[in-house]
Amino acid sequence: MSEQSTGAVQADEPRPALKRKDNRAWWLVLPVVVSVAFTAVIPLMTVVNFSVQDVFSPVDRVFVGLEWFRSISRDPEVRAALVRTLLFSAQVLLLEIPLGVALAVVMPRRGLGVSVALVLVALPLLIPWNVVGTIWQIFARGDIGLGGWTINNVLGVNFNYTLDSTDAWITVLLMDVWHWTPLVALLAYAGLRSIPEPYFQAAQIDAASAWATFRHIQLPRLRGVLTIAVLLRFMDSFMIYTEPFVVTGGGPGNATSFLSILLSKIAVGQFDVGPAAAFSLLYFLLVQILCYVFFTVLTRSGR
Amino acid sequence: MTRTTGRRLPWARTVFWLYVATLMLPLLWMFGMSIRPNEDILGSFSLVPQRVTFDNYVTFFTDSSWYSSYLNSIVYTSLNAVMSLIVALPAAYAFSRFRFAGDKHLFFWLLTNRMAPPAVFLLPFFQIYQSVGLFDTHLGVAIAHMLFNVPLAVWILEGFMSGIPREIDETAAIDGYSLPRFFVRIFLPMIRSAIGVTAFFCFMFSWVELLIARTITSVNAKPIAATMTRTVSAAGVDWGLLAAAGVLTIVPGAIVIWFVRNYIAKGFALGRV
Repeated sequence: MSEQSTGAVQADEPRPALKRKDNRAWWLVLPVVVSVAFTAVIPLMTVVNFSVQDVFSPVDRVFVGLEWFRSISRDPEVRAALVRTLLFSAQVLLLEIPLGVALAVVMPRRGLGVSVALVLVALPLLIPWNVVGTIWQIFARGDIGLGGWTINNVLGVNFNYTLDSTDAWITVLLMDVWHWTPLVALLAYAGLRSIPEPYFQAAQIDAASAWATFRHIQLPRLRGVLTIAVLLRFMDSFMIYTEPFVVTGGGPGNATSFLSILLSKIAVGQFDVGPAAAFSLLYFLLVQILCYVFFTVLTRSGR
Repeated sequence: MTRTTGRRLPWARTVFWLYVATLMLPLLWMFGMSIRPNEDILGSFSLVPQRVTFDNYVTFFTDSSWYSSYLNSIVYTSLNAVMSLIVALPAAYAFSRFRFAGDKHLFFWLLTNRMAPPAVFLLPFFQIYQSVGLFDTHLGVAIAHMLFNVPLAVWILEGFMSGIPREIDETAAIDGYSLPRFFVRIFLPMIRSAIGVTAFFCFMFSWVELLIARTITSVNAKPIAATMTRTVSAAGVDWGLLAAAGVLTIVPGAIVIWFVRNYIAKGFALGRV
């Protein structure tokens, strides 16, 4: 079994004997390098440039070294936002990954149901993010929204996301689960479809239970897709901006003020270019480090 | 005889369709709002619209600031998907077939660009796109969105391509195919479904993005999502029109996914994705 399951991720394993060494391959990656240099490297350099200066006007600027990095990393508001964002990402991953896998397991595999199911499940992914915000802004309202109205009047619980911090948090979290679980489900579904039939026949002969089949056949083969799902969900939830901005605007108070919301408040609202640039770079670095950790842990576990 | 389903739980079907029904509730609610007059939306709560009107949709398709921004979004999104694929295809092939100086570093560096919080780039984007004359053009937005779509496209395509045996390349070379001819005539048709899936993801991430698109446009290439943020007038928010626009923003995505649905079901099976 263990041999089987490592064979399942054969594409992950290096096959150096077959891969030719040829530096001319650089010509093939050149277009990507050029396009990413234009869209990412040049702007990033501009940000680095801002982060070490105090800009009063385009002609009047002072070099301040690492001053902004120091003040941002000590700022209590930034730290509080960091804790909130980490907590949010953790909850997102804990809810969406199991739910997405469960959904993929129960999804239809044959007939017209497959097409209908795929299209319906994928719909939330295709809605512009501020529209997602608008949908939930309306849906969760106690007076005119179905969701909020049901909680208030049918369940009899007082729910108001514009006044209560917990309600606001729950609304944003539920919205994210609604919005992004389909991505996990689609990836997991595609992963499940790639499992060869003999695996299931073997399980049937062994009279394995549904749970045992899932645990020992389906789950190990999902590791590749789940790595992608976890990484994508982590990156995007850690950088979430538009949806909570539309629904709560970061409030009430600072209850849903995530790092990105705080950042754009400093950059666009207060126009503090220097601190905002330093904040951006620290933020970017943190996302990369955490992604690297996730990537390493996920690709090594189970080897 | 052949079951590609594995073991099915008896209640799987019920659980699944119940979930889909829950998933649809907020969308149906928005649709319900889009066909009500504003007084009814704000006046009282009712499950079923008391009066049905299509005025909101009529407004959308007769007011040029609405329908032209809708077209803008479709144009730059399609342009972005095509451009991302064109640059990503050769690169993904290189990563899946060759070892070259710095390949692993380059691959990870590409992925890190997918991790850049968009807010980081807003100010420099505004300055750069203005200075090179790409501000407020469809091409400008399409290029800006390559920031996150090119790394993703390379990532997905590389996974698919690695699943195709290298012997095919070698056989073609022996048969006298040059690399470009092999790539276009034999290789691309083999990874059709991968291209479909990648195009879907590029379309999706470009279509739903607002922050960058709004920053580098003003009128001519303004995305529909940005137009929607400006429905607040002296009379308050025009919820009905907003809901109608919201419903219409779902349509292009739904059409795209209908076309690639089979690729999604089968396509991933090819590669490691």
